[in-house]
Amino acid sequence: MAQLVFGYFAGVIAVTAMLVVALRNPVYSVLCLLIMFFHVAGLYVTLHAEFLAAVQLIVYAGAILVLYLFVVMLLNAKQDDRYHRQWRVAGFVCVPLLLELLVLFAGGKMEPSPLFSADQAGPGTDNARAIGLTLFSTYLFPFEVASLILLVAMIGAIVLAKRDIGGSGA
Amino acid sequence: MTELGLRFFLSLTQIAVVVVIVIVTVLILTLAERKVLGWMQDRMGPMEVGPYGILQPFADAIKLFFKEDIVPAGANKFLFTAAPLLALIPAFIGFAVIPWGPDWTVEFNGTIIKPFVISDINIGILYILAFASLGAYGIILGGWASNSKYSLLGGLRSAAQVISYELNVGLAIIGVIILAGSLSLVKITNAQSGWFWHWYLFAFPAPQIFAFVVYVISSVAETNRVPFDLPEAESELVAGFFTEYSGLRFAFFYLAEYANMILVSCIAAAMFLGGWNAPYPGTIFDLLGLPSLAWIENTMWFAAKTYFFLFLFFWLRATLPRLRYDQLMRFGWKVMLPIALANIVVTSIAVYLFPNS
Repeated sequence: MAQLVFGYFAGVIAVTAMLVVALRNPVYSVLCLLIMFFHVAGLYVTLHAEFLAAVQLIVYAGAILVLYLFVVMLLNAKQDDRYHRQWRVAGFVCVPLLLELLVLFAGGKMEPSPLFSADQAGPGTDNARAIGLTLFSTYLFPFEVASLILLVAMIGAIVLAKRDIGGSGA
Repeated sequence: MTELGLRFFLSLTQIAVVVVIVIVTVLILTLAERKVLGWMQDRMGPMEVGPYGILQPFADAIKLFFKEDIVPAGANKFLFTAAPLLALIPAFIGFAVIPWGPDWTVEFNGTIIKPFVISDINIGILYILAFASLGAYGIILGGWASNSKYSLLGGLRSAAQVISYELNVGLAIIGVIILAGSLSLVKITNAQSGWFWHWYLFAFPAPQIFAFVVYVISSVAETNRVPFDLPEAESELVAGFFTEYSGLRFAFFYLAEYANMILVSCIAAAMFLGGWNAPYPGTIFDLLGLPSLAWIENTMWFAAKTYFFLFLFFWLRATLPRLRYDQLMRFGWKVMLPIALANIVVTSIAVYLFPNS
């Protein structure tokens, strides 16, 4: 049963992830990305990480993807503008990925990561609390650094966006 | 098989009951809105269909059902059809974690169910926020797929508005979550039992009054209601994102808007006003020696609190003019957001100073 559910989620993730780059209409690409995020959240639920699943939907599907859609609609991208002869670079990147895949299949079954195994946080435990405790004790420093980097990116975006209309006094 | 089948059947029954309740409430609301608006503007409201106009919702439903279904030329037919569903499903799916009544468990043929909540998951409120944020897709895609300038502008406005105010809804709720120490709506409601000053609106270490105000204003904005109904501002955008919609698809958008109103009212009642808890400890039925009927009183309290918020929606609509778009954005980011953030800081400090209350 669990295998079946995982197979479904993984299959849909793989197919929609490919469709995101393969489809010609950018709005359909965004929708495929939405379906993909949903199934990634589904995978989190099967791993008993409900908190991550909800945050995945809120942050990615609810906020970031809406902005993508916003941009796609505003720019009204012409369909053939999207491919700037990037297939050579893409092919170059694909080779190591393919090798990785082959190694993965050849290497037999994977060992589950010892750090985040599903048994650690059983279905009964409150995984929001567990994540919070880990994040604010063990990983406090990386967490703060990440927030600082995001702040820098935010200020950078504002500075870049403001520059154009600075002269008009807005 | 039998146990799984029974559980499945019971869940389906619960879902059916909740959906029927929500749809009946929407029917009542469509009439109540026009009546309340009428009274506030010194009119009678609808009076023609049935005695005192009470059959008006059915007339509306039948009319919408038999209207011609128009797909505009040049519209993206697939998305044009999918958008109303994308708006409707997230609006209904959130009701799964709303506790309508006391936290009882009933054993039914060996299967234990909670009769007043479909699913008590431990991330209840996040689940609602996650799906509420998806409602925006229906509006944006509906606006885009219609192949109309007005629709597109309405959809884009809605996208910016929903993202801005969703943030404030989420941040306003965090204060309550800090106080309750749980994300489950059932646990949050249970923690507010007793006298009404245990409700998180008035609770001792950090009353969530500011968070409550931010939540109510932001939820009005998130459901695209007056005075934040810019996505469908009829004086500038005809009807905004559903300009091109007709018949049953229009009815779906309409249903989604009202279901969202009910959902945010339920959340406000459950998180800030104690949910199904009466303003006094226990229930009157308990005192009368009929504890098995206490759920009637509790659900009635929940309904009363929810309807109070729904009335507030109508009241705002009858009172306030629409904001301009830049005012809306400035208000959201420069007024609401700092208040919500400050509330989180104050609540955290208060809970740290008084950890046991």
